[in-house]
Amino acid sequence: MSSNTDATIRELAQQEYKWGFVTEIGEDRAPKGLTENTIRLISTKKSEPEFMLEWRLKAFRYWDSLEKAQAEPKWANIKYPPIDYQAISYYSAPKQKPNLKSLDELDPEILRTYEKLGIPLAEQKMLAGVAVDAVFDSVSVATTFKEKLAEVGVIFCSFSEAVKNHPELVKKYLGSVVPYTDNFFAALNAAVFSDGSFVYVPKGVRCPMELSTYFRINAAETGQFERTLIVADEGASVSYLEGCTAPIRDENQLHAAVVELIALDNAQIKYSTVQNWYPGDKNGKGGIYNFVTKRGACRGKNSKISWTQVETGSAITWKYPSCILQGDDSVGEFYSVALTNNYQQADTGTKMIHIGKNTRSTIVSKGISAGHGQNTYRGQVKIMKEAAGSRNYTQCDSLLIGDKCGAHTFPYIEVKNSTARMEHEASTSKIGEDQMFYLRQRGLKTEDAVSMIVNGFCKRVFKELPMEFAVEAQKLLSVSLEGSVG
Amino acid sequence: MSLLEIKNLRARVDDREILKGVNLTLNAGEVHSIMGPNGSGKSTLAQVLARRESYEITGGEVLFNGRDLLAMKPEEAACEGLFLAFQYPVEIPGISNAYFLRSALNAIRKYRGLDEMDAMDFLPKLREKLKLLDMDDKLLNRSVNEAFSGGEKKRNEILQMAVLEPKLAILDETDSGLDIDALRIVANGVNAMRSPERAILVVTHYQRLLNYIVPDRVHVLVDGRIVRSGGPELALELENKGYGEMDGAARGASPA
Ligand SMILES: Nc1ncnc2c1ncn2[C@@H]1O[C@H](COP(=O)(O)OP(=O)(O)OP(=O)(O)O)[C@@H](O)[C@H]1O
Ligand SMILES: [Mg+2]
Repeated sequence: MSSNTDATIRELAQQEYKWGFVTEIGEDRAPKGLTENTIRLISTKKSEPEFMLEWRLKAFRYWDSLEKAQAEPKWANIKYPPIDYQAISYYSAPKQKPNLKSLDELDPEILRTYEKLGIPLAEQKMLAGVAVDAVFDSVSVATTFKEKLAEVGVIFCSFSEAVKNHPELVKKYLGSVVPYTDNFFAALNAAVFSDGSFVYVPKGVRCPMELSTYFRINAAETGQFERTLIVADEGASVSYLEGCTAPIRDENQLHAAVVELIALDNAQIKYSTVQNWYPGDKNGKGGIYNFVTKRGACRGKNSKISWTQVETGSAITWKYPSCILQGDDSVGEFYSVALTNNYQQADTGTKMIHIGKNTRSTIVSKGISAGHGQNTYRGQVKIMKEAAGSRNYTQCDSLLIGDKCGAHTFPYIEVKNSTARMEHEASTSKIGEDQMFYLRQRGLKTEDAVSMIVNGFCKRVFKELPMEFAVEAQKLLSVSLEGSVG
Repeated sequence: MSLLEIKNLRARVDDREILKGVNLTLNAGEVHSIMGPNGSGKSTLAQVLARRESYEITGGEVLFNGRDLLAMKPEEAACEGLFLAFQYPVEIPGISNAYFLRSALNAIRKYRGLDEMDAMDFLPKLREKLKLLDMDDKLLNRSVNEAFSGGEKKRNEILQMAVLEPKLAILDETDSGLDIDALRIVANGVNAMRSPERAILVVTHYQRLLNYIVPDRVHVLVDGRIVRSGGPELALELENKGYGEMDGAARGASPA
């Protein structure tokens, strides 16, 4: 585009990541490096029961064998220098009194951080009606609304608490969807995860409010390895939101999370993510490596799991929220917006594994590439032999802004039952000069015109987000796009 | 002072000169019409005035309200009160017509130091204009121009004009693609916008439109120059004789 446009864009490109501040707090941190002793230390720090330590050790040994065999996955369309797993600290916790009785006892610096982030942690903001679990570096620091949820029998707590207070549930479901042998990063997470969120919604209960976790990486040279486990028992339903940010740091930081969802008969889980980890600077320095395994099992008949993600942050995103459609008539959905600007890389998509009869899945993926960003959609739809009458609909659209970025699509389809019906639509487009001129002729500034076109492009996905999250996602997209038109 | 003064305007695209010295003056309160053969540069003139950046200005000067129009970006020209009804309106998938219009209005209001209008105040205003143009409410919630019929798109342009209330409106072949009833409705909409503070420049091929929107002046653009100007009767003459005789006049033509 013209020089006028270029000038605006250069100005905007100077804008910085707004969530990049560091919080000064006391920190309890494990020495760098990863050995069996590290695992024991983490487990001891968290006073875990024996079964957890055993599971972690098995995971560690498995991971260690992969690492020695240099079996870190290499198939994704992403590039990064080798990670030195011995140069990372695997446990970092804000120093605080153990067993907080109320939020008043939380380190005020942490509270202030969450306030800056706009997280409704403070009591007065709780009226907003969202229950929040906040994970600061590796540990969960506060879970709001616990009592109110307990009244209807919903368990919403940090993973550590769940291990202590509900070991039978943890034992039953942990690793049942994503076993530690699943992949390199899942094994690493199982070995060293330090906290995360746990949700159990009992039979027939519709969770009365949105549940939400906010993840924040604060400390330097640490990794964040949290684990989330959500179980919706028969006829239960829950909507869960997840948000993430991190400070600006020059070195890359590793985030390797695992999320497991389990929906029993007639249960529904809706999982929404707005991921805004620090993406690195405009030259590609720093940023989070977001290597995440997310998977849901529709175990029961007529159950439903729906993933919605808006991925704007991270230097590298490697993530495939998936559904295993085991129960007859179960439904899996994946709605995704992934944006890569500057030197960001994203390889993201989903897997829909149809096992039960008449199972249905919907995939809507919107990839936006700007700057030198590389955006890959990778998806797999598998219809097993028994999955008679199953259906998949996939729509996969890419939008390019500028000519130095890239969009790639790798759909894998495997159909073993002839009664299945598959529909696939794909498109790649550029923001048109004619669209830009039309909007600017009506008075919109260049950046507002771009963000309007992009938001329109993402509409189908934003519609799936809870209201206030949708608004946040739109803003985030505009901010992440700043400096992108060229 | 004239609202729009175009002096010897030249513009090109891809090394090809399209406007070869256009002169035109428009006062507030006036309606002028530009006619001319296909490819003569009418849309180019309209888009250059609206500051489309793909056209390179190679000479001349344009004053809009006394300000240098050629130094403005498209959004500045728009905020200063210039509106172009496109010959080919553009689709914006996923953005509702109502939201788009309110965003545009608010961008302009903001530029002028006015408060933004919220949906509550905006909707009644919008509905009133919608009625004026006999348009279906449903078009408000649909994506901008997406899957609109040809006529709906043109009507939608005039709706936007009615909402944004520009000082200068340039209508580029708004009549083409309209059925006979729609033509009358759109013309009524345009006439309702005529006011002593506003000027309208109507680009058309058909005298028929000018029966409804009677212009103060008619200009004939041939090969990048205005070769003749006259009153409304000039349109009738063209209708009868065509442009054939004017080609010769294009060379060494004198400004209007
Ligand atoms: N962006 C462009 N790139 C290349 N050529 C162009 C461009 N815009 C206009 N032209 C050419 O300039 C000439 C004038 O075009 P313009 O659209 O202004 O004509 P017009 O008078 O509006 O014609 P019509 O009556 O058919 O709408 C045409 O030959 C056209 O092909
Ligand atoms: Mg034209």
